[in-house]
Amino acid sequence: MDKPMQPSSQHTASDAYTAAQAAQTASARRDKRTFSVWRGEGNDGKLVNYTTEVVEGMVVLDAIHQIQSDQANDLAVRWNCKAGKCGSCSAEINGKPSLMCMTRLDELPAEEPVTVEPMRAFPRVRDLVTDVSWNFRVKKTVQEFTPRPPDAQDGTWRMDQADVDRVQEFRKCIECFLCQNVCHVLRDHHKHDEFIGPRFFVHVAALEMHPLDVADRVPQLSAEHGVGYCNITKCCTNVCPEGITITDNAIIPLKERVVDEYFDPIGKLVKIFSRRKQQAK
Amino acid sequence: MAEFETYEFDVLVIGAGGAGLRAAIEAAAHECKVGLICKSLLGKAHTVMAEGGAAAAMGNVDDRDNWRVHFADTMRGGQYLNNWRMAELHAKEAPDRIKELEAWGAVFDRTSDGRILQRNFGGHRYPRLAHVGDRTGLEMIRTLQDRSVHRHQIDVHMECTVVTLLKDGDRVAGALGYDRERGRFKVWRAKAVVLATGGIGKAYKITSNSWEYTGDGQSLAYNAGAELMDMEFVQFHPTGMIWPPSVRGILVTEGVRGEGGILLNKDGRRFMFDDIPDNYKAQTADNAEEGWKYTQGDKASRRPPELLTRDHVARCIVREVKEGRGSPHGGVFLDIAWIKEKIPNSAEHIKKKLPSMYHQFKQLAGIDITTTPMEIGPTTHYIMGGVRVDGDTQMSTVAGLFAAGEVAAGLHGANRLGGNSLSDLLVFGKRAGEHAAEFAKSSGALSPLNAGAASAAIREALAPFERTTGEAPYAVQHELQSLMQDNVGIVRREEEMAHALSGIAALKERARHVRVEGHREYNPGWHTAIDLANLLTVSEAITRAARDRKESRGGHFRDDYPAKEQAYATHNTIIKRGASGEMQLERRAIPPMRDELKAVIAEMG
Repeated sequence: MDKPMQPSSQHTASDAYTAAQAAQTASARRDKRTFSVWRGEGNDGKLVNYTTEVVEGMVVLDAIHQIQSDQANDLAVRWNCKAGKCGSCSAEINGKPSLMCMTRLDELPAEEPVTVEPMRAFPRVRDLVTDVSWNFRVKKTVQEFTPRPPDAQDGTWRMDQADVDRVQEFRKCIECFLCQNVCHVLRDHHKHDEFIGPRFFVHVAALEMHPLDVADRVPQLSAEHGVGYCNITKCCTNVCPEGITITDNAIIPLKERVVDEYFDPIGKLVKIFSRRKQQAK
Repeated sequence: MAEFETYEFDVLVIGAGGAGLRAAIEAAAHECKVGLICKSLLGKAHTVMAEGGAAAAMGNVDDRDNWRVHFADTMRGGQYLNNWRMAELHAKEAPDRIKELEAWGAVFDRTSDGRILQRNFGGHRYPRLAHVGDRTGLEMIRTLQDRSVHRHQIDVHMECTVVTLLKDGDRVAGALGYDRERGRFKVWRAKAVVLATGGIGKAYKITSNSWEYTGDGQSLAYNAGAELMDMEFVQFHPTGMIWPPSVRGILVTEGVRGEGGILLNKDGRRFMFDDIPDNYKAQTADNAEEGWKYTQGDKASRRPPELLTRDHVARCIVREVKEGRGSPHGGVFLDIAWIKEKIPNSAEHIKKKLPSMYHQFKQLAGIDITTTPMEIGPTTHYIMGGVRVDGDTQMSTVAGLFAAGEVAAGLHGANRLGGNSLSDLLVFGKRAGEHAAEFAKSSGALSPLNAGAASAAIREALAPFERTTGEAPYAVQHELQSLMQDNVGIVRREEEMAHALSGIAALKERARHVRVEGHREYNPGWHTAIDLANLLTVSEAITRAARDRKESRGGHFRDDYPAKEQAYATHNTIIKRGASGEMQLERRAIPPMRDELKAVIAEMG
C-alpha cells in the first residue's frame, strides 16, 4: 500500500540504490540458453539450434543479435528502435506473436529452447524476415483524412481532450502487424484480397472517429474491406503490444456503423443531414 | 540481365523520417515526380522514437511566447554558433508547420480551451512543445506517412541503402544503392537530391539511435565534395536507460523532467542546484518549490535546474558519477514518483502523461516509475553538425544536393534544445522539398547517367563477398564504437583524441579487408560492411573537428580546455575532402548577424 506522507526523495533514492545493487549481484550469474531459430528462404527452411550466453534483463532480440554477431553473420532479422516503438521486430516466440525487443528471456520457460519463427500471415523472405508490403498497399485503399473547414478565427480548430482520447488510443498503433499475423481470416483463410485486417480497421476507426473528419468510409468497409469476415474472437486485441482494444473499441463500432447504414435508412438520412449541417457551419 | 535497374525522378529524397517525408510531400505539391528511399520500412525511421514534442512558439499555454523568444532561446542554447538565419526561419515558421500537421490529421494533446497543448522543456523559456503524451514522434511520422501514401507523385522504395551519390560534373545527378531484400542494385536518376538520413549515433557504443544511424548522408555528401560543418558538436542526452545492460542507451524523455521529475545522486541530493551556469541564473529557480510550481504551469516561477540545456545536465551527471556519488550502475536517479507528495492520484497522472516511459521501464527493467526512481545516464543522441547548407534553401555546397533535419548543420549551433528537432524536420524538410523542386524544374533534362561510375561503385560494394580471407565486419564496428565512446565522448582531451585518430586510421585499413559470407539477399553482415565506411568517415570528422576546437562549448567539452574562449566564438569548423582524398579542416567566420536579430537577442537577455 502507498504511504503518501512518509517517503522523502532521499528515501526513495536510497531504496532504489539498494534494489539496483541486488540486481547487479544477480546479474553476475551468466547462463547459457538454446534458441531454435527458423533459417531458410521462402518456404524452404528449418529450425536451427544456437546456444548463447545470456545475462539478466536480456530480451529475445539481444540473443538473436548475439547469435548473428558470433555464430551466424548472415542471420536475417528486421529491427530498428529496440524499444517497442517502431514495430519492426515482430516474430513468433514459442509460438506466440510478439515483438522480439520487448520479450524478456526471464518471462520464457528456462528449461526448454526458445523457438523464434517468422510471422505466418505473410510470405517469408529469409530467416526471420517476412514480406509485409501487402499492408502498405492496403493503406492506400483507405480514403485519407478529410477535415471540415477550420472553425476558429486563427484558421485552426478547437477540439476537447475528451473527444480526442478515443482517436489517440488508435493512433498509438506502431504498425507491427502482429494483429494481422494472428487474425485467422488472414493467417488461415488467406483472405488478403477481400479483408484489410485489424490494423486497418483501427486505421479506419481512427479516421471515422476523428472529430474533424467528414469523409464516409462505411460503404467501403463492407463492400471492399471485408469487415463482415471478422467474428470478434479478439485474437488481435490479445497480441497488441500497445494494448489497443482493437475489437471492442474499433472493429465492433465499425460493424455497428455498417449495420446502421445498411439496415437503418432513416438513421442514415439523419446522419447525412447532420454532417451537411456540420460542414456548413 | 542488367547490372542495375534504373528509375527517373525530378527529386530524389534519401531518408524517410520526418524531414524526408515532409520534403517529399512538398516536392510532390510542386508537381514533381519524387522518389523516396527508406533505409527501413516506411514509418519506422528514427523520428518514431522522438518522445517529448515539437517546439513552436504558438503561445497556446503562455501568451508571452512568440518567435522572438524562441529565436533567442535557440541561439542561447546553441552558444551563438548557430546559422542565425535558420534559427530565425525555424522560430517564425514552426507554428504554421505544426498547424499544418493538425490539418493533415495529427491529434495533439489539448488545452482546456481546445487548442494544441504545449509542455515545458529544457532551455525553452515558456511551455512550447506541442505533444501527444510521450509519443510525439510516432504521431508526426504517421501523419506524414499517411499523407505521403496518398500523393501519387511519390514513389516509395523501402529497405534500400544508398551506396554513393552520382554526379554530372559539379552537380548531383542521382544515387546508386541496393534493396536489402534481394540485394539488387538500383540507380535513381534525379535532377535534385535531398538528403534526410539523420544522424551518426552508431559511431558510439552507448546510443539512443537505432542501427540505421550510421552517418550515411554526411558521408555521401562529403564523398560528393560537399562541406560538413560543426561535426565536433555531438549531443549526449542526459537521460538514457542504463540497466539492465541490454537496454543501455534507450532514451528516457526529457518530458519526465518537464512533468516535474528530479535528478538525485545516491545520497538523495538534488545535485542540479549545485551548478547553474551564469547565463541561465536569472531564468532558473533557486529552490525546489519554485521549480515544482514552474512545471505545474505557474507563470511567476522560474524553471527547475533539471530543465537546463542537455549538454550541461549531462556533464553534471558525469561529475556526480566521477566523484563517487552515482547509482550502482554508473548513473544517477531520475525520480518522478516523488510527485505523490504533491498531487493526489499521482500514479494515474504519470501513466497518462508518460505512458511509453511507464511501459518501457515496467517491461524492460521491471521498474514501476510511479513508485520507484529510474536509474539513468547520458547516451549519444544527436549530432548538431552535418552537411553545411544555405539557410533559406537548404542546398549544400554541391549544386542540386540539399539536406534537411539532423543530417544538416546550422540550426542548433553547439547544442540543440529538446523539441527543436521535430520542428526542424518540418520547417526545413518543407524548405528543402520546395527548393529542390524549384531547382529540378529550372534545370531542364536529366543529366546523362555515368554508367562507369555506377559500375565501379557496384564492384566496390560487392568486394567483401569476393575475399577469401579477412575478418567479419562486426568486430571492426564494435571496436570503432568503443574507441569513440572512450576517447571522443562527453569529456574530451588531446591525447585521447590523438589516440582515436590513429585508431580510426587502423580500423579504416581493416575495414578495407572485411569479408562477408553468404549471398546478397537480406544479409546483415554485408549491410554492416557498407555502413562501416560511413561510420569511419563521420568518426574521423568528429574527432578532427573536436581536436581543433581548443575550448569547451555546448556539446563539446574538453578537460584540457574547460573554459569557453572568445577566440572560438566567431567561427564554424568546416570539413571537406581534399583533392587527394585527405580530410581538410578550415575555421570559417560566422557571417555577421542582421541588426534586428541582434536587437532581439539583446532584448531577451
